[in-house]
Amino acid sequence: MPEERNQPLSYLNEFAIKQDPEDYGLADDVFSIEAFKQKLHIVVVRNDEDGLEFDMIGVYPAIANAFRRLMLSEVPSMAIEKVYIYNNTSIIQDEVLAHRMGLLPLKADPRLFSYRTEESPETGTEQDTLEFELKVRCTRRKDTLKDQAHFDDIYKNHKVYSGHLKWLPKGKQAQIYSESSVSCVHNDILITQLRPGHELDLRLIAVKGIGKDHAKFSPVATAYYRLLPQIELNREVTGKDAYLLQRCFSPGVIGIDENERAYVKDARYDSCSRNVFRYPQLMDAVTMARVRDHYIFNVESVGALKPEVIFVEAVKALKKKCRAFIDEIEAQ
Amino acid sequence: MGALAEVAGDESNGEGSRTFVFENETHTLGNALKTIVARYPEVDFCGYTIPHPTENKLHFRIQSNRERAIDLLKRGLEDLEALCDHTIVTFEKEMNTFNAANAEST
Repeated sequence: MPEERNQPLSYLNEFAIKQDPEDYGLADDVFSIEAFKQKLHIVVVRNDEDGLEFDMIGVYPAIANAFRRLMLSEVPSMAIEKVYIYNNTSIIQDEVLAHRMGLLPLKADPRLFSYRTEESPETGTEQDTLEFELKVRCTRRKDTLKDQAHFDDIYKNHKVYSGHLKWLPKGKQAQIYSESSVSCVHNDILITQLRPGHELDLRLIAVKGIGKDHAKFSPVATAYYRLLPQIELNREVTGKDAYLLQRCFSPGVIGIDENERAYVKDARYDSCSRNVFRYPQLMDAVTMARVRDHYIFNVESVGALKPEVIFVEAVKALKKKCRAFIDEIEAQ
Repeated sequence: MGALAEVAGDESNGEGSRTFVFENETHTLGNALKTIVARYPEVDFCGYTIPHPTENKLHFRIQSNRERAIDLLKRGLEDLEALCDHTIVTFEKEMNTFNAANAEST
């Protein structure tokens, strides 16, 4: 499918990036929504626990970048915002501990909550707030033998994990959510270590927010795009040079057939390093390029929302912005 | 709301030239909208700037001889909205076909 269309390319030369002489960088074509609908293609490539990978073909750089920026900073998620410290006798300082608590990823679906407003009370309401408590006290184990040196054997609760958080349902929350649907995504995040006599007693308030305000609200671990690489061999490369050529690119990009002839197996995952230009005998053998309107998106979620949901929410966020301004213009 | 305003000083230049001020907007909206509005044949000039990094303001300039700037801005926003709608539809369709193909293979 993409092979049939006329691909705009950026050529990667030894020291410069060049475009085709008649290519004006999409700048002079007229925008119409019908033309956009004709051009846009989306292909989902991979969707597993490592994240979502999809191709967006035929869009302007600004549009692709807007989607990326929206995923990072405008899609909401829940995070701990306030930490009430009733007791903290561990060696970690209150403010450092509070900051660590804020960064814990929560599983709660932000679409089911509303933002806190000026009117909502200090403690929050059941629509906009999740409450947790963390009560841990470290003690010495009584049954310890003299020669035991391992902390796990002599101390109890000497490591505080995110799994120690206890959810305190507000109002009717207990009927709607379960502990496993709102608490931490991972139960094995080490928060701090304690020694006998140390104690933590915290109450945590989680609210809905966006990444623009603080990165802890960002629903994605990574969201990035890159352009599709294209590699072509201009002449035959055989024997020793073929293996040298293979080593110039990322693993799996260049294949070698039974006649020891190099061929391009799959350029997609090439890192586009220009290693070939270090070898004078190979310099003229390859043309490296990137397809300028073929974006490979990679979205890796923190855990609250699935990556495909995050992308759709991001596009919806942009739509909402447009709608708000159209309404304002019409109201004038 | 009042998140949209106009910079004064263009009143004598007709309705075609205006600088709009968007409150609480960033490059996300500015650049996306600029690429669309700048590609209208009626538009002579379109550009945007964030005048100061600590102020949450976006200045968006449109110049045209043939149409009112405010109409062009509205058209740009409507096109961007339609673009979003189409992207969501296309993406969800692709996601469904991908999921269906995956369910078959496993």
